[in-house]
Amino acid sequence: MSLILLIEQVLNGLQFGVTLFLMAAGLTLVFGVMGLINLAHGSLFMVGAFAAAAVAGATGSFVLALGAALAAAAAAGALVEVLVIRRLYARDHLDQVLATFALILIFSEGTRWVFGSFPLYLNIPAALSGPISLPGGIEYSTYRLFLIGVGIAVAIGLGLLITRTRLGIQIRAGESDREMIAALGIDISRLYTIVFALGAALAGLAGALVGAIQSVQVGMGEPVLILAFVVIVIGGIGSIKGALVGAVLVGLTDTLGKLLLPGVFALFMPASSAATVGSALASMAIYILMAAVLIWRPTGLFGVRA
Amino acid sequence: MIPERWLNAALTLGLLAVPLWALWADEPFTITLATKVAILALAGVGLNIALGIGGLVSLGHAAFFGVGGYAMGILAHHAQTFQPMIWGLEGTKSMPIIWLTALVSSGLAALAIGALTLRTSGVYFIMITLAFGQMFYYFAISWPAYGGEDGLSIYVRNGFPGLNTLDPIQFFAIAFTALMLALFLHARLKASPFGLALNAARQSPDRVETVGLSPFRLRLLAFVISGAITGLAGALFADLNRFVSPTMFSWQLSGELIVFLLIGGVARLYGPVVGAAVFIFLEHHLGGISEFWQIGLGVLLLLIVLFARGGLIGLVAGEKR
Repeated sequence: MSLILLIEQVLNGLQFGVTLFLMAAGLTLVFGVMGLINLAHGSLFMVGAFAAAAVAGATGSFVLALGAALAAAAAAGALVEVLVIRRLYARDHLDQVLATFALILIFSEGTRWVFGSFPLYLNIPAALSGPISLPGGIEYSTYRLFLIGVGIAVAIGLGLLITRTRLGIQIRAGESDREMIAALGIDISRLYTIVFALGAALAGLAGALVGAIQSVQVGMGEPVLILAFVVIVIGGIGSIKGALVGAVLVGLTDTLGKLLLPGVFALFMPASSAATVGSALASMAIYILMAAVLIWRPTGLFGVRA
Repeated sequence: MIPERWLNAALTLGLLAVPLWALWADEPFTITLATKVAILALAGVGLNIALGIGGLVSLGHAAFFGVGGYAMGILAHHAQTFQPMIWGLEGTKSMPIIWLTALVSSGLAALAIGALTLRTSGVYFIMITLAFGQMFYYFAISWPAYGGEDGLSIYVRNGFPGLNTLDPIQFFAIAFTALMLALFLHARLKASPFGLALNAARQSPDRVETVGLSPFRLRLLAFVISGAITGLAGALFADLNRFVSPTMFSWQLSGELIVFLLIGGVARLYGPVVGAAVFIFLEHHLGGISEFWQIGLGVLLLLIVLFARGGLIGLVAGEKR
């Protein structure tokens, strides 16, 4: 196996990881601040992708498409928060799971109703299509490199938002003591809506960015949502740093597992069955990683509470 | 308000009356729908032992449903192709052996998953059970020996001594009997010392620990029983369709099982029966009106979660005593 292939796959793993981070960051924020488990986060990912595909189809502009994805997902998030989610904060997790499962049904079938069952396509903009030459003679997709850049930029931006701004202080205060910040005169329900819309916007951005390399279709959000859950379990619920580390770990494990495991099994097995066993195990690798972290640290790498 | 005991008796009679009417009216498809209700309700009864009595919100019960389904699929596949399985064991088309295999294998799967996931609680438990369910799903897709993504077709329904399982009403009788046995087990379990301790572990784990019981062990045993019953339902469901595929492991199915409990009423003995019946009724009738019927289902679910917390049984029989 050549070194170039390995480096390419590491970059692919990073790209997958930062996309998962965009999803996991919103989920972990919403859980950390409001104590809510939101299964419908994947639907917001889908809303972002569909908004981007529709606007790109109408205007041909990728920048406008990204803007539309952010706006549509944030608006859908705020609307859902005000109508439904707000009533769930005081409920137990079972009610939250059921209500957000119901939201998935409504979002998915509603989208199918508006856009039909056929997948839409979102094209990579001309400036970002084609390969780029990296040092060491590596040819890599410009768009995927752009995704890694966007992910890192969002991670830094989110870090600054949490540590340096007034909103960030309120979010951190909300994580540690809800009653107290309400007593200090902060409009807690407005804060909750903002946090939920922020998480939704990140999910929508992820959907639009991934929509350009996959097809945009109903049900695209849930597989990513479940991987984002794995990321959060590994990183620790409520921790943005944990979400970033977990996302990169999951991205690299998945990509490198698919690349390397068949070869590892070929060392002591006939080639044909090694390919089968290797690829079957590679599809389970991230869950095995999760189980291992769980045995070692039941609250995740950066988690504090159980 | 009608006492819950009378309501349960009426529901049992109703579930019997519909297929008997369909037999008289010669509508075999209705019998098949009733069989589907009985089997899905059986899967829900399994989940209800973990979720209703034990308070364990498992979003990965499709894993056990699928393991049971594949237990049937693999045994029957080897029997119909006349290939021995591992260690020269023969496949089989006999339902009792298939059920035993399904119970044991899904119980073992629940033991393994439970031993890992029950170290956590709350939201972690929900997310991790969901993730383990997906692990089984992706394994089933990427393992080509038993059909991979395409699944396995079984040409003839498996046999039960003395019955003609291809006759819809006789197969319904099997599913109905299994459901009644599981409901009986649930009722006895709930009243037993084990069930009382499990219920206490849900309400106050610290106190249970103080009197010298281990909440972890109680929950693990409940999770294994729960998984085994759901696995049996999986084997019957596979036999109903004569087909198994990775969709039996899908996370939507785990969600739907919880939805059954919610529609009927969480922790109610007959909650899953009502839930499965309403779900199949809606799927069949609303599905005939519009292919987007799940929007209606979603709105109904939201209304029940937000405004009718005891489910439909709660509306008719009142608050739980």
